[in-house]
Amino acid sequence: MGMSMESQFHVLAVDDSIIDRKLIERLLKTSSYQVTTVDSGTKALEFLGLHEDDQSNTETPSVSPNNHQEVDVNLIITDYCMPGMTGYDLLRKIKESSSLRDIPVVIMSSENVPSRISRCLEEGAEEFFLKPVRLSDVNRLRPHMMKTKLKDPKQDNEENKEESGKPVSRSLEEKEEQQQQHQQQQLHRLPQQQHSNSNKRKALEEGLSPDRTRPRYNGLTTVV
Amino acid sequence: MEVGQLQRRLVDYTKSLLTEGILDDQFTQLQKLQDEGNPGFLVEVVSLFFEDSEKLLNDITRALDQQSVDFKMVDAHVHQLKGSSSSMGAQKLKNACVTFRSFCDEQSMEGCLKSLQLVKQEYYDVKNKVETLFKMEKQIVAAGGSVPKTE
Repeated sequence: MGMSMESQFHVLAVDDSIIDRKLIERLLKTSSYQVTTVDSGTKALEFLGLHEDDQSNTETPSVSPNNHQEVDVNLIITDYCMPGMTGYDLLRKIKESSSLRDIPVVIMSSENVPSRISRCLEEGAEEFFLKPVRLSDVNRLRPHMMKTKLKDPKQDNEENKEESGKPVSRSLEEKEEQQQQHQQQQLHRLPQQQHSNSNKRKALEEGLSPDRTRPRYNGLTTVV
Repeated sequence: MEVGQLQRRLVDYTKSLLTEGILDDQFTQLQKLQDEGNPGFLVEVVSLFFEDSEKLLNDITRALDQQSVDFKMVDAHVHQLKGSSSSMGAQKLKNACVTFRSFCDEQSMEGCLKSLQLVKQEYYDVKNKVETLFKMEKQIVAAGGSVPKTE
């Protein structure tokens, strides 16, 4: 396509801690993403043009006429533990919204609770990062954003191979392979860089079915 | 002191803080995020951290001072402090918060009061040391040198 991808990715970061907001903003800007930070789930929904009292189960997009189409967000990264609306609540609202459900969502948490992680992943979160978030975690975001930018699966995979050093699992078969490898490594605490990986795997390890259905991605993720 | 000496002193000092566990690798990561494009990043975040922490410590002190202590609220404040300490790489402080939380869970007044003491100690210790670090950096820059990156 020829356009510079990086400058076009816009990430919405949600965290009630000002320190963590500053941090995630810096990490995202270092990766050349455009960043908007808000301090609550409610403000996030407002920014996205969705109001809490809107029931978004119908086909008609319940986006505020003022904000409609002015906001282009490629990924939402949110803290889990927030007063009022938790990151999980926010995730659910986004996935329930016909206008917002295709935006990839990543959850961050300072606490490593396998049931929490699996809940989020099953609700449709792409990744779960353990805080403190590192640059290596942020580097994992690009493939998720590109999935929505470039709808062509072939191009998608080529980009992924270029972008990341380690294989980013796209198909369920690949995921299962990685899982088996990781299970053998799970005896020791994995180094910091693999936090998000190990937690995702950890959740899956706890006896949960790896066959997480992702109805919202229309099979894009299963194309090799 | 000439620049080379100042730089060596800084590197040694930073290493000692890491070895003692006052700071952990997260702090090193934060230093790496600061560059020519964002020279004030670390100082800004650290200032926010100090402000935030002192407010939380006051809130905790007040909460423990009530007739009827709301341990859940105390825990919520400590959880916040633990989170920001972790994000800053203030390891010892973070660990003190972890211990504090277990006393909140037990609803142990004595445990909480002792923990608060400890947490305050660790906070002022890390504050002191990071401020010293920044002073050293300033001296290097003033002497015309550049701040060496921690390996």
